[in-house]
Amino acid sequence: MEDLNNGLGADNQHEPKENPRRDFLKKSSLLTAVALTPGVAVKAAESHLDEKVAAAFEKMPVNITVNGAAHKLSIEPRVTLLDLLREQLHLTGTKKGCDYGQCGACTVHVNGQRVNSCLTLAITVDGKKVTTIEGLAKGEELHPMQEAFIKHDGFQCGYCTPGQIMSAVACIREGHAGSEAEIREYMSGNICRCGAYPNIVNAIQEVKNGGQQV
Amino acid sequence: MKQFQYIRPATQQSVLDAIAKPGVKILAGGSNLIDLMKRGVTSPDKLVDIQKLPLHGISQNLGNVRTVSVGALELNSAVAEHKIIKEEFPLLSMALNAGASPQLRNMATVGGNMMQRTRCTYFYDTTMPCNKREPNSGCGAMEGINRMHAIFGTSDKCIAVHPSDMCVALAALDATVEVKSKKGTRYIPFTEFHKLPGDTPQLDNTLAKSELITRVIIPNNHFAKNSYYLKVRDRASYAFALISVAAALHIEGGTIKDARLAMGGVAHKPWRLTAAEQFLKGKPGTAANFEQAAQLAMQGAKSYGHNDFKLKMAPASIVEALSKAAGLV
Repeated sequence: MEDLNNGLGADNQHEPKENPRRDFLKKSSLLTAVALTPGVAVKAAESHLDEKVAAAFEKMPVNITVNGAAHKLSIEPRVTLLDLLREQLHLTGTKKGCDYGQCGACTVHVNGQRVNSCLTLAITVDGKKVTTIEGLAKGEELHPMQEAFIKHDGFQCGYCTPGQIMSAVACIREGHAGSEAEIREYMSGNICRCGAYPNIVNAIQEVKNGGQQV
Repeated sequence: MKQFQYIRPATQQSVLDAIAKPGVKILAGGSNLIDLMKRGVTSPDKLVDIQKLPLHGISQNLGNVRTVSVGALELNSAVAEHKIIKEEFPLLSMALNAGASPQLRNMATVGGNMMQRTRCTYFYDTTMPCNKREPNSGCGAMEGINRMHAIFGTSDKCIAVHPSDMCVALAALDATVEVKSKKGTRYIPFTEFHKLPGDTPQLDNTLAKSELITRVIIPNNHFAKNSYYLKVRDRASYAFALISVAAALHIEGGTIKDARLAMGGVAHKPWRLTAAEQFLKGKPGTAANFEQAAQLAMQGAKSYGHNDFKLKMAPASIVEALSKAAGLV
């Protein structure tokens, strides 16, 4: 069991060392957050909201297993699963697209079911198992769906791709990849602005017809 | 999102104690509530997560009145895929699968689906007036962009529509809602659960704040063979209805013994078409009869400019849904 909530020192080991830009962004946004918090709290206290602020700032313990690794975390109730994954666990494969459940870029599996992580409060995932795009490959060996997306050019800019792949895997597991029409219907929660849909459908059909374990 | 307290009680009693207080909202799947909280449309002080309550499961009661009970926390995807629902209430299965996306259906619960708010853009935009969001602030939609809006049962305060597909099917199937409060258990006919806007558009339904939806009960019927849920929308999938029609027929020897019809996307609540149902009873299921039923259903319709097209689209959709249900097309 590892605790990833120890601040920046602990975080760095989960990041490729050669990514100074992301690292800088992370540190600077953390500093911004720290700098802003007292002001917000003071303002709230002035408007006699101090009790509420005290209660809300109280972090709550959560146990979440992400890609097989158990995490004991302490989080504020309004943190979404998407923000927890990206900001605290630094699993930035899961993308924030619309952040309102309309685009599907944030799709992950919770206890094996695909959900929109942007509309899931992390606190509600207590005791559950989460799989993200980072959890599909086995070491250097890509998941069959990842291979198929590459082979069929299932993306252009790639921003929606992690969500598309998580949804595509679920689509086959749910038994909803029987035909092109069915795939299109059951992939409708994942929007691709580049319009790679035909290639995405081809990728899913190949994995489905190949009968590989997904 | 404003800060809030979060609790996850393990007993129904604790939930009922908690929800009676002001500023408290129930959290089930959260697919609509979290969205509304992020946009500042609603800002509860406390969320009561009810996921620990034993409100799951789909079961058949084979007593004198055969019914199926669906727990309030049952997921939309699970209900749509359930054997009993698919075989005996295909209308409900079709309606659920027409709603939202697979991901959202894996989150959304039956009770939460009933409690979802309108997707009227003026309700969602906190810089605009909206009598539903803020009573007596005015209505942006009435003289604004009202393409998605109601044509039945509107008031001068609100022309928003209820966004659910599931609820349209449940209204057609004569379902009953079981709700619990500290006072005990209450049963609300599904068609009376949601209300018209009138002078209080801020209230979507007749559920008291102290009440908890525990399950939905659907009576058995003879509609399984001849049911169809038609949803007309701006894209092929994953969009709210411009018009939807739930059509359920009991046909024997070419004659309609009984009919159920409800529309979505046209009113502040699932809109039952009782006059059309009565008309169809005892008549053969022909295109001509479906046309007449559709015309009857349109009595009292009123449009607001951008949604004028619904006056033509609605009857055409009723005819199409009935024709599909009857197997004519």
